[in-house]
This record gives sequence, structure tokens and C-alpha cells, in this order.
Amino acid sequence: MRALNVRRLKALLWAILSAPLLWLLVLISQELRQPNSALGPEPSEALLHYLGEWALVMLLLAFAVSPLRRRLHWPPLGQARRLVGLFAFTYATLHVLTYLGLYVQFQLAEVIDDFVHRPYITAGMVAFGALLLMAITSTQGWRRRLKRRWQQLHRGIYVAAAFAVIHLLWLRKDNTLDSALYLSVLIFLLVERAVFYWQQRQSRELGS
Amino acid sequence: MLIRKPADIPTSEITPETVYQQRRTFMGQSAALIAGVGLTAASSRVSAGLQEDDEITPEQIVTQYNNFYEFGTDKSDPYANAGALTTDPWTVSVSGAAKKTGDFAFEDVIKGLTPEERIYRFRCVEAWSMVVPWMGIPLKSILQQFEPTGDAKYVAFKTLYRPEEMVGQRSFFSSIDWPYVEGLRMDEAYHPLSIMVTGLYGKELPNQNGAPWRLMVPWKYGFKSIKSIVSIHFSERQPVNTWQALAAHEYGFYANVNPAVDHPRWSQASERRLPSSIFNPNRRPTLPFNGYADEVAELYRGMDLRKFY
Repeated sequence: MRALNVRRLKALLWAILSAPLLWLLVLISQELRQPNSALGPEPSEALLHYLGEWALVMLLLAFAVSPLRRRLHWPPLGQARRLVGLFAFTYATLHVLTYLGLYVQFQLAEVIDDFVHRPYITAGMVAFGALLLMAITSTQGWRRRLKRRWQQLHRGIYVAAAFAVIHLLWLRKDNTLDSALYLSVLIFLLVERAVFYWQQRQSRELGS
Repeated sequence: MLIRKPADIPTSEITPETVYQQRRTFMGQSAALIAGVGLTAASSRVSAGLQEDDEITPEQIVTQYNNFYEFGTDKSDPYANAGALTTDPWTVSVSGAAKKTGDFAFEDVIKGLTPEERIYRFRCVEAWSMVVPWMGIPLKSILQQFEPTGDAKYVAFKTLYRPEEMVGQRSFFSSIDWPYVEGLRMDEAYHPLSIMVTGLYGKELPNQNGAPWRLMVPWKYGFKSIKSIVSIHFSERQPVNTWQALAAHEYGFYANVNPAVDHPRWSQASERRLPSSIFNPNRRPTLPFNGYADEVAELYRGMDLRKFY
């Protein structure tokens, strides 16, 4: 693992994280040639769920980078964090665009109605809003400009991860293995952080 | 002895000729033609309230994309997992306010009753819909055999509980309290549109669609039309159906299709007609009582449908 420098790690992450998107292109081209073949009877719905699920996976992955770096004592991971976050943002953007374009067909009234009346859509939009802010300010320039505030803003990962999982849980009719899995991963990562910060505080208090 | 008289069919229920011709085209193209001719020749044909643009959904979609949580929560799960179900022998237990109660063999219950083809719109509570050529027996003719008494105000049905064959019932995560239960008011059950389905597309009912028989009440959301039924119970009190027990603020007892009453988490004003294409979800407005208002609205006269959803 030590042989993996930042450059190689990033190349590897690029290959892995873009694979679901490349596979989707294969599915879409198949679907266009023969309707309802690769994406089933409801292609826009299938597309929406596929992109949403991968956005969630990558978001939780981005949320796991910092604790992994800490536990593995492996700094290159920290430098790849932005890459993972931006991939999560890319999948989430495609998910939102599918919803807006293919699902509600850009009917603004319906989007507003959904936002006001459907808590799971509101939760999803909150998660996406947090991701969007972080994506915009992810450059070095913004990081310098915002200084301490940048760190605070990028705690938005907590908001994004939590609300994305809530978005999934609230849209399901019954509990399923995958929603339970995402929730467990989220809780695990939150508890891990809580324990870490608590330990840090303890040792600081002992030291002073 | 049960004497069957032909159902009173208003002209609104008679298939428009254009639709009838589409149906012929469809049947002609399908492999079911040979079986279909034999089965439908002897039976009457009803396609209540079908609209001009209601096209029959391809068989492959009806049999491979549906909800049957006993076999998993994905819409592809029932087709993948229902092969494990054994439907022979099949016993139906009848209880409650009726003169003839006890355990009956399925074949005996349907003996002498001829399935009719009924082309109905099917509207799922999840806001997608299909048009399906069911083969079914009027529910009334089935229920009357058991001679329900005056105390029978409601009828409740239960799905088979057999976790060793139904993988969804083994789910560790599901909050559903098996077996699945659904119910109707007796006047709803006796309505001529209510049928017990034993086949589709002129063939035997596949396992994933609720073999050997399932309910079909076309003006209600799909979850009302309970599958693979093993129990019929007549009662004076309104039964609590499975989805109502799970989330009473989202699913009621009546479950009538109603574009004016939204599911708390999504709109019921429109529906996605299957199959759709990648660039067009094929949305269309949802009709009150799924388009069967002329036939069934009378049943709910004076009721606040926002309260009794």
C-alpha cells in the first residue's frame, strides 16, 4: 500500500469511481437500441435509482476518507478526499438532473409541490444543497479565501451524508437490507467520529 | 345450489370497438392465441371503462415487474423467486359469519365457475399503472357458495404464510407482520367488477402474480388485490389490512384510487403508464376510482373520501 503514491491512488480512484458511470453508458446505449431491454419497463425510474444509489455510496465513501486516513496513518488518502467528494457530487447532480428532466419533465410547479409536500424530496434537496456548496468551494482558491470558515463549511458532509440516507429511508415503503446497510454505515461513521473527538478532548484536558 | 345469472353490464362497460380491435391485434401477435381462443370462446368479455388510449401492457412486463413482497421488495424479485412456491395442493379455509365454513380444496371452490376475461386498468399506490387482461370469476359467485349470514359486513383475506418457500417472509429487516391481510366491505366484494383472478393473457396465473388465485378490485390501489389467498373470513367488524397496520396515516382500509388525496409522501394526481421510454415517463392523469367512477362511486355516497382513504 505504501507503494501507492498520491498520483497512483488518484488514478486508481478515477478508474473505480467512474466505472458505474461507464456501465450506465453501456446500459443506455443498449436501451436506446431496444427500448425496455437494459433499463426495464420504467427506464427513467431505473436511471434515477441507479444514479441515486451510486451518489449515496460515494458520499458515504467520501465521509469515510478522514477516519480511514486517521486509522491507517496514511496521509495520501486525505489528498484524495476531494476527488471522492466530487465524484459523489457528479452522481448526485446526474441524479437531480434525471429527476428534473426525465421524471418531472421540468415542470416547475411539480418540483415546488414536491419540495414543499414530500419530506423525502426536501431531505434529498438539503443533501444536494450541501454537496453543491462544498463542490463550488472545493478549489484551492476558495479554501484560501474562506480560511477557517472553509473547514466549517465542509462539515456540510455531515448534513449531506445524513440527509441522503434519510432521503432513501423516507422514500421506501418497507425496510430493506440495503437501506439498513446504508444507515448502519452512516451511524458507524458518526459514532467513530464522536468517539475520536471525545478522546481528543480527554487527552487535551489531561495535557493541560 | 348456486344459480348464476349474467351480470348486469351497463353500456359504459362494453369495450369500444377500437379497443376491441386493438385487443384482437394484440392477441393475434401473442403466442397465447391458441390457448386464448379456446378459453375466451366460452366466456363473456368485459373491459369496463377502458379508454381509447388504454393499450394492453405486454405480458412480459405484467409477469416480470410487479410487487409481491412475500418474494422480495424489488419489482424483479417476484419473477425471480416465486418459482419456489408450490400451489398444489391448495387449501382455502373459510371462517366467521357464514353457514358453510371449514377447509376446502381450491379446485372444489372454483368448480363449475367459468373464468371470464376482464381487461382492467391496474393502478399501483406507487403511481405506476398497467392494463391487464385478467381471467377471473366474479367474487360474488365465489363468496355466495359459503352462504354468509346477515352478520357478515366485511370479508377479509389472507395470503399464504410459508417462509420456507417465500423468501420475503424470511426478511430480517421487513416490518411487515405476515401473513398479508386485506379486506373489503361486503357490498364492495359483491360488486360485479370485483373478481377472483385465476389467469392472465389466457393462461394460468403465474406464481409471481399470485397463483393459484388472487383478488382484483380495479377501482382500488393494487395492494388491495391480495395474492395467493388461503383464508376467507366473514366478519361484522372492519378488518385491519397489512399496509394500514404498518402505516395508518399512509394507507387506509378503502384504498380507492383518488387523484385528489395524495399519499403523504407522493402525489397521486398522475400515474406512469408502463412501459415508458427513457426520455418520457409516460405520465397521464389518474382518474377518480381509476376510471370506474360510473360503476362504483355509488358505493361511497355521502362518505368523506379524504377521511376514508
